[in-house]
Amino acid sequence: MTTDAALAPAARPRTHYLNANYGVLSWLLTTDHKRIAILYLVSISAMFALGGMFAVAIRLELITPAGDLFQSETYNKLFTMHGIVMVFFFLIPSVPAVLGNFLIPLMIGARDLAFPKINLASWYIFIFGAAFTLYAIVNGGVDTGWTFYPPYSTSFSNTQVLAAGLGVFITGFSSILTGLNFIVTIHKMRAPGLTWFRLPLFVWAHYAASLIMVLGTPVVAVTVLMVALERTLHLGIFDPALGGDPVLFQHLFWFYSHPAVYIMILPSMGVISELVTCFSRKRIFGYEVIAASSLAIAIIGFLVWGHHLFPAGQSAYTGLVFSLLSYLVAIPSAIKVFNWTATMYRGSIKLDTPMLYVMGFLGLFTIGGLTGLFLAAVGLDIHVHDTYFVVAHFHYIMVGGAIMGYLGGLHFWWPKMTGRLYPEMWARVAAVIVFVGFNLTFFPQFIVGYLGMPRRYHNYAEEFQVLNVMSSAGASILAVGYLLPMLYFAWSMRYGAMAPANPWGAKGLEWETPSPPVTENFPLQPVVEEEAYEYAKGREVIVV
Amino acid sequence: MSEVAHHHPALAHHFEDLGGQKEASGLGMWLFIAQEMMFFGGMFLAYTVYRNLYPAAFAEASHHLDWKLGGINTAVLICSSLTMALAVHAAALGHRKKIVLFLIATVVLGAIFLGVKVVEYGDKFEHHLVPGPHFQFEGANARPAQIFYSLYFAMTGLHALHMIIGIPILLVLAWLAHRGRYGPEYHTPVEMTGLYWHFVDIVWIFLFPLLYLVGHR
Repeated sequence: MTTDAALAPAARPRTHYLNANYGVLSWLLTTDHKRIAILYLVSISAMFALGGMFAVAIRLELITPAGDLFQSETYNKLFTMHGIVMVFFFLIPSVPAVLGNFLIPLMIGARDLAFPKINLASWYIFIFGAAFTLYAIVNGGVDTGWTFYPPYSTSFSNTQVLAAGLGVFITGFSSILTGLNFIVTIHKMRAPGLTWFRLPLFVWAHYAASLIMVLGTPVVAVTVLMVALERTLHLGIFDPALGGDPVLFQHLFWFYSHPAVYIMILPSMGVISELVTCFSRKRIFGYEVIAASSLAIAIIGFLVWGHHLFPAGQSAYTGLVFSLLSYLVAIPSAIKVFNWTATMYRGSIKLDTPMLYVMGFLGLFTIGGLTGLFLAAVGLDIHVHDTYFVVAHFHYIMVGGAIMGYLGGLHFWWPKMTGRLYPEMWARVAAVIVFVGFNLTFFPQFIVGYLGMPRRYHNYAEEFQVLNVMSSAGASILAVGYLLPMLYFAWSMRYGAMAPANPWGAKGLEWETPSPPVTENFPLQPVVEEEAYEYAKGREVIVV
Repeated sequence: MSEVAHHHPALAHHFEDLGGQKEASGLGMWLFIAQEMMFFGGMFLAYTVYRNLYPAAFAEASHHLDWKLGGINTAVLICSSLTMALAVHAAALGHRKKIVLFLIATVVLGAIFLGVKVVEYGDKFEHHLVPGPHFQFEGANARPAQIFYSLYFAMTGLHALHMIIGIPILLVLAWLAHRGRYGPEYHTPVEMTGLYWHFVDIVWIFLFPLLYLVGHR
């Protein structure tokens, strides 16, 4: 690979994308994908803090069996808003909108995404949608659960369903446009020599996730729109009083919202692929299979939504088919986990912070995935449906998987994004705290759920108290683990050591640009002449 | 960037040439249309489910729609697709006046369609066929008929909204074409808007028989 930057990796540019110009407008009107990534980073971090506060309130209430801290109505709003904020305004944009936005053009040797103005527009759409949701939260909140099931959401709830629903509807288009931008960029903007099977697996994972964003999100958008029309204009599409079918809503909702889990996890899997090969100093095991498994997850992921409806009156035959398809989608996920561990096998593993998150991801995602198989089995699912077992399962995927990947990626590329190194010791401590706190929070929930504690109630039977106190204690540890990175990342932007172009000795075009990159990414068009992850060939010079 | 000297003004900084830029726009537009299909698809699915559940009610309710007005509107929209295609063709040939003429013709036909739609909606209000507390429908099928009309208003309303978004875009294009922005080497916006307009027309081609003709034999 030949660029000017590669010849002098430690040379620090006098101007780069962060100091190219100053002022609020230079950020609010930017079309630079790197700056838009930073805009997203700031906005979704704020939403994460907000969603986290709701989680804290939930765990506080559940310390005691009696519903003594919040009224049941308030509690309903707390878990609803926790879900809406975390799913639609943090997890779905997290890796793609921040890391994907920043890295995809750099990784494929392009100067920007294909549609830079649409990229900025999607951030504004996100903010607009968030504003609706915040309005709903401030004006009394919403209590339908993040799933908006009718007829409660259409005919009975007297909370801010409309504003919250419109917020979700609007922010969906931000996701659609981001996915559209990624697909076109990956197809049309690759550097000369960068064939499909030389692409970083991070890019493959984003391609697969983008397919879901473009083809899935509009379905939930129109579904929420129909709920909104039913609430405001009294159109009766799901209304059982007219002979309408509320289960139709559930089908439409989960047609998106199950694949949405893959929007969250696939990009994180892409991060893990990059990290595991870099910190094992070994070419990734089974590149083509990992790439193909991303697509397989995206495609099969569209065919499993019915496992959310096992107790909703589906026919036994339908349940059987969806159960089988849900088992199928575990195969490509398992392939990835096996290939990552095979990559580590006999690698020279270096336990820097990003690698700690990889190890955390592997363990937690495996538990989350395996318990997913429990839930894909119709008989067992009917036993544990709507219990804390389900809550624990999807938190192992969305928090233990997706957020672990996000944090690992954020640490890995932080020097590239900001030009500064974060304090490694603190970061390792935080990674361990996150892992311990997470397990203490959510593992007891598997047990308490299996024993029969239902989700979404503010009180519970007394025999569940010990496990719930453990969970709440874990949540407070987890909170510390999440606060620490926020603090030392902010600290490092001013006081961190200057980062070299390639602090990890990693492969990939993004590391051949200076840290932070210049606005146009590559002064000269890079040309790719080798396969991805050629770690075995020659010893890299790690400049620190 | 190396070859700043010969840049076409419409060439963005991150593309090598106009051809590549146009290819990217085309792929982006087709993806957008794919997401539009999924967007409308949700409502078409709801229609399919309920028509299978309540075929008699749907046929009966459909009789209260004016198939003649719907038919006229179908013809109007097909004509507007023709004028849109002619506008794209004129842009590719660089006939500035013809681009403007055909774009304005498309706008006029779109406006006629929306005008007819207003008449139809008004008629439904008068006959209490708008879902809600004032809905009135004779016979045993009153409740599923209300579902039919819910879908009618949701689907045609969403379709009309797409036309309402399209018309100002066409007007801006006409203005820019008048200013001489588009010629044989660069007319991507005209072509992309054309794709959008044709898509919106095709949605109607499906809506018309499903809503207006389903009760006729």
